[in-house]
Parts: sequence; C-alpha cells; structure tokens
Amino acid sequence: MVQSLDEAYELLAQDRNNVILGGLLWIKMGRKQYQTGIDLSGLGLNAISETEDSIHIGCMTTLRQMEISPLLLQWFGPLFSDAFKGIVGVQFRNLATLGGSVYSRFGFSDVITALTALDTQVRLYRAGVVTLSKFLNMDQKRDILEKVIIKKQVTQTSFQTLRKSATDFSILSVATSLCKGNWKIAAGARPSMAILAENAAGLLSPEPDEKTIKAALDRVVNELSFGTDQRAGAGYRKLLAGVLVKRGIEAICR
Amino acid sequence: MQITCRINNREFIREIEPDLLLIDFVRSLGFKSVKRGCDTSNCGLCTVWVDEKPVLSCSVLAARVNHRIVTTLEGLEEEAKAVGRFLAKEGAEQCGFCSPGLIMNILAMKKEFKTPTTDDIKQYLAGNLCRCSGYESQLRAIEKYFDLEGKNQ
Ligand SMILES: Cc1cc2nc3c(=O)[nH]c(=O)nc-3n(C[C@H](O)[C@H](O)[C@H](O)COP(=O)(O)OP(=O)(O)OC[C@H]3O[C@@H](n4cnc5c(N)ncnc54)[C@H](O)[C@@H]3O)c2cc1C
Ligand code: FES
Ligand code: FES
Repeated sequence: MVQSLDEAYELLAQDRNNVILGGLLWIKMGRKQYQTGIDLSGLGLNAISETEDSIHIGCMTTLRQMEISPLLLQWFGPLFSDAFKGIVGVQFRNLATLGGSVYSRFGFSDVITALTALDTQVRLYRAGVVTLSKFLNMDQKRDILEKVIIKKQVTQTSFQTLRKSATDFSILSVATSLCKGNWKIAAGARPSMAILAENAAGLLSPEPDEKTIKAALDRVVNELSFGTDQRAGAGYRKLLAGVLVKRGIEAICR
Repeated sequence: MQITCRINNREFIREIEPDLLLIDFVRSLGFKSVKRGCDTSNCGLCTVWVDEKPVLSCSVLAARVNHRIVTTLEGLEEEAKAVGRFLAKEGAEQCGFCSPGLIMNILAMKKEFKTPTTDDIKQYLAGNLCRCSGYESQLRAIEKYFDLEGKNQ
C-alpha cells in the first residue's frame, strides 16, 4: 500500500509489470503475471465529495457507493443506479472501482456511457485535468486516474440498455440528459466506446414535439457508427439505437 | 507479509503471500462454507462480508483485509439457520452448493431493506447464481422470509 500518489507513480514507472490495483476484478481475469501491485486504498480516494461547482469522486470509490449516493441522486437523478444495477451483482459492485472502470476504457462500459452524458472531467496524475472524452481518445500512456470531476448542475437523466440476460454486458447502452435546456445523448457498447451524438442532441428543444424527436432519432443513427461483435450485428444495433434514444428522451420529457 | 484481522469475532494474525486471495485465506483457516463456483467473479458463491458489506472473496486480496472485519456464514449461525429453513420449505435447496453465498447476501440485504419488493430482491440477488432451483422457489422462500421478518419488527 503506497503512502502517496508520487510513490505510486514512481512504482508504476519503474517496471512495466507493476500495476495499479483497482477492485481487481478485471485484472484477475487475465493471464498476465505482475511484479508489484500498487494499492491506492490508503490515500483517501474512496469518497464522493462536493465543492462549490463540482462533484469529486475518488478513483477508489466503488460502483455501489455511487449507486446509492444521495448526493449523486440529488444532482443527476437515478442515472448511476440505473446504469450500474446490471453490472454483475451487489457483491461485485462493492469491489469494482470507478478508477478501474474508467481507466480500462472498455467499449461495453455502462460506467463510461453514463459519465459521458454529464459534464465530466478526469484528473490524471501526469496529464492533469482533461475532459472525459479527451481522456478516452488520448494515447494510452501509463498514468494514474486520481478522480472524476462532474460539474454540479441539476440534470434530468435517463439510462437505457438492452442485455440478453439481466447481468450480461450491454448490447447497446444509451444515456440521455437534459440540463439548462441542453440535451446530451451518449451511446456506448456500439460495441466501441461511448460517444455523444452531438448533432442529434442539437436538434432537440427543451420540450421537443414528436416531429423534432423523430428528426433527432434519424440523425442519431446516421451520425454514430455501429459495429458487429458476438453480441449483435451493426444493423441490429442501429435499429436498437433509435428505440433506446427515443425511450431516453421520452423518459425525461414525461 | 503479516496481516491482522477479525474473522467471525476471532482475531487472526497470519503470515501470507501478497497474492493470496481472501477465499483461500478463510478456507485455509477452516471456514469451509465459502465456496468457489467460477473463475470470472460472476457466481456469488464466495460471498463474505468485509466490514459488514457483501463482497466476492474470490476477488479480494487477503492483504486488503488487514485490520478489517470479515464475516462468513460460520459467524452467523442462527440467522443463517432461519433463512435456511425458508429455503428448505420451498424446496429451494437442491444440491445446496449456492446456499452459503446466497444466504450471506440475503442477510446483507436485510440490513439495507426492511420490506423489499420483489424487484428489490431480484436486483440485490442477481449476482447469486443457482444451477438447480430455477430461482422461483428461492424467490418464494425469500419473500416469505422478509414477510415474517417485517412482521416481527
Ligand atoms: C464478469 C464481469 C462482468 C462485467 N460486466 C460489466 C458490465 O455489464 N458493465 C460495465 O460497465 N462493466 C462491466 N464489467 C467491468 C467492471 O465494472 C469493472 O469496470 C472492471 O472490473 C474494472 O474495475 P476494477 O476496479 O476491478 O479494476 P481492476 O481490474 O483492478 O483494474 C482494471 C485496469 O485499470 C487499471 N486501474 C485501476 N485503477 C486505476 C487508477 N486509479 N488509475 C489508473 N489505472 C487504474 C488497472 O491497472 C487495470 O489495468 C464487468 C467485469 C467483469 C469481470
Ligand atoms: S467464485 Fe464465483 S464469484 Fe467468486
Ligand atoms: S441448489 Fe444447486 S446451485 Fe443452487
């Protein structure tokens, strides 16, 4: 267990086989052998706190902590509980960390889809504070994700997903949000990583009528790319995107 | 490395390998209710509590329970028996391999919910796989258990 982030980074830089330990869940699945596991548990990075204008979530915060946090519920509605409830089980989510879930940049990640629909930044030890989308597209240099920072503004949200069974990976996940009249539509598990459908969201007014919603849905499926993997084909995902985005928008308008 | 922890109200000080998993640690100390049912952190059979929260002991390093409190089914005998009776009555215990993990999670749920809905139950227990029961009998048993517990409060 390290005493500071400086010490953690020093260890990380020392040897390619040293590794930051999040909740261990993904690391454990692999066959790779590691030299030293770097444990950030002692650095107080396992809490959700607020400042004047943002919410800070330390990298060692568990998915379950976020799911039941009154603070996150107050600002962002049930976004995180709806997004995380299908991730394996409560015992798993008591271990899985936010840092491990974001840093691993999984295409299927429900966590990244949810965060993409908010005004989210990440703080890295070396690269400093960058927006989530910049982080997701950055060269994968070895770094430490210290915390996630979300702008504190009351946001209406909805999370929609389709899974083959209750706790399987999402075939497609969609997070929709409305904040101060501005919509965000994030789609993940396409099967590649979550991105915003900015053009489609731009078409929507704060209280869109059916025609506007229809236009936005047409735009979503043209604006985003969808791929094929073992879970579903690109064509199916494209159809599904229309359905899930529609449900998301309607859930917020209701 | 050396760790100190409390398991089921007994203190243990042990020399361990840094990569030892909690499941193998507690089993080596004789707490054999804790079972391994998968390689992918997916089945819930290995559920124990660390500081009262249910976790998958197959995915926790023993080193991380240093100075913490671990509870296994052996430490909750009375409560476990009560749940077990409901499971047995509904025919939900078939091979029984999944029971220790399931009961640990039911008892964890009881600390968070007084009167859970069917959906609450399904959601909280979704990470506990059972290959025999088809879940219906388990669900009946758990609903009856919480009904009675609700009335007793
Ligand atoms: C069976 C299974 C099913 C899953 N299903 C879903 C699902 O349906 N939806 C979903 O969204 N996710 C799913 N996941 C992913 C899961 O939610 C976690 O995101 C994942 O397990 C990683 O979290 P962790 O804390 O265990 O990280 P670890 O496994 O400990 O780490 C993962 C990687 O991140 C690195 N890392 C960890 N913390 C940091 C940090 N602070 N800074 C830099 N690097 C760091 C580690 O070095 C490692 O390379 C699933 C995982 C498993 C194993
Ligand atoms: S042994 Fe299957 S989840 Fe731990
Ligand atoms: S009773 Fe056999 S696995 Fe559940």
